Amino acid sequence: MLEVRALEKTYPTGDHALRAVSFTVAGADAVFIIGPSGAGKSTLLRCVNRLVEPDRGSVRLDGVELTLLQGAALREARRKMGMIFQEFNLVERLSVMENVLSGRLGYVSLWQAWRRRFPPEDVDAAFATLARVGLEGFEGKRADELSGGQRQRVGIARALVQRPKILLVDEPTSSLDPRTSESVLRLIVELAAEDGIPALVNIHDVPLARAFARRVIGLREGAIVYDGPVGGLTPAVLEAIYGGALLEAGGAAP
Amino acid sequence: MRWRPPSVWPRPWMGPAAWALVAAFLVWNALSLQVDAARVARGLGRLGTVAARAFPPDFHRAGLLATGMLESVEIATLSTVFGVLLGLPVAVLAAKNVVPLAVYGGGRAAITLGRTFHELIVAILFVKAVGFGPLAGILTLTVNSVGFFGKLLAEQIETIDRGQIEAVRATGASRGAVLLYGVLPQVLPRIVGLTIYQWDIHLRQSTIIGIVGAGGIGATLYNAFSRYDYDFALAILIVIVLLVLVGEAVSAAARKWVT
Repeated sequence: MLEVRALEKTYPTGDHALRAVSFTVAGADAVFIIGPSGAGKSTLLRCVNRLVEPDRGSVRLDGVELTLLQGAALREARRKMGMIFQEFNLVERLSVMENVLSGRLGYVSLWQAWRRRFPPEDVDAAFATLARVGLEGFEGKRADELSGGQRQRVGIARALVQRPKILLVDEPTSSLDPRTSESVLRLIVELAAEDGIPALVNIHDVPLARAFARRVIGLREGAIVYDGPVGGLTPAVLEAIYGGALLEAGGAAP
Repeated sequence: MRWRPPSVWPRPWMGPAAWALVAAFLVWNALSLQVDAARVARGLGRLGTVAARAFPPDFHRAGLLATGMLESVEIATLSTVFGVLLGLPVAVLAAKNVVPLAVYGGGRAAITLGRTFHELIVAILFVKAVGFGPLAGILTLTVNSVGFFGKLLAEQIETIDRGQIEAVRATGASRGAVLLYGVLPQVLPRIVGLTIYQWDIHLRQSTIIGIVGAGGIGATLYNAFSRYDYDFALAILIVIVLLVLVGEAVSAAARKWVT
């Protein structure tokens, strides 16, 4: 269970990215965060796993306060959160297998990591996860040989092989074509459900959110302006989130 | 309306004034250094004598030549190995995007220190410290590497993709593991290329530092000149040229193989 309370973040540039953000993710549902660019969606995810330091507020994962952790304790907490990125963020010059196994880096010594001597059960898990994301037989390819959709599948495998308690998914489809976007998003939602873990998914594409979400959080200028079922995304609510400029996105419901 | 083409000078008279100043400075330099035509002419004549006595090059002392050359290659190779081994951590410490600001200052300082003095000055210091011979040369060029290799690699590290580092950090990997998986793969081709380039440079430098006693062919060359053995000196110069060409060819081939 993820509990976020009164989270605040102002960047040194003066951008007030998060304003008193509070919500709870219980159970194993995927929660979709929508909102325009610059609404603070990426900052919110990064404040959860502390890639960005929040200024104030509380983030608890299964009762453990994350905002106070330092060093080894912080790294241990990060192991429990799998992150999937907009630009995939695979290590381009490493093989698919090395990229997936990097999800286990928190569990092996530096020497093992250097020698690529991961425990056999980690390697088995990596093979199994590659099969789950539909990339059986791709383990030897280099990440920069793959297409966008394949890269994001490797990114999903890297996150899942951590055996996380939650998935943090940052705009997973922004660098993909519409068809690939849909299949990648479906894969993330299905695999998270199979593993019984919740996912926090940033997405700016309202129709995609409508297609896959049950619960939606709407962010505008760093503040939550909507938190409820996807059915509640009326034109008025969308106007509150996007500022009225994007009414046709609301009309494009499937 | 008159249009004036864009100029670095805020006032039109400043350009000619600046040029006049530069010209005056050059003339003053030439006068104070007593560069006169007669001296230049005499010097050219003497250069002709030296050249005449250098022909034909004398390869009789091939043993001495080979020993000196081999020592130069050894100095170049060992100092490259040590320099790269030292330069790698220094480069990491001097890359703003992977270490805290305080550490970064230290790394930059180490690089600056390695780059401040010409290798001949460093060589003189090490000859004083450890005595004549190749050890002084190896130490000299190692220090030189830390500056050169460290600086160029640090700059490369600062240009790498942050996203790949962020992704590895997000898995809960330690600082060391982030370096191994997030940073190293991105700069590995550059490390190989720079190492070869560094060896190539050291090969050249190792032929000169012998002049101050730091081992290698330079000492032999200096002795040949001071004993007026211009023919032997020419032989040495020819071999240096060949060695540098071979180094050039090896590094070109190796760099092709890396990319």
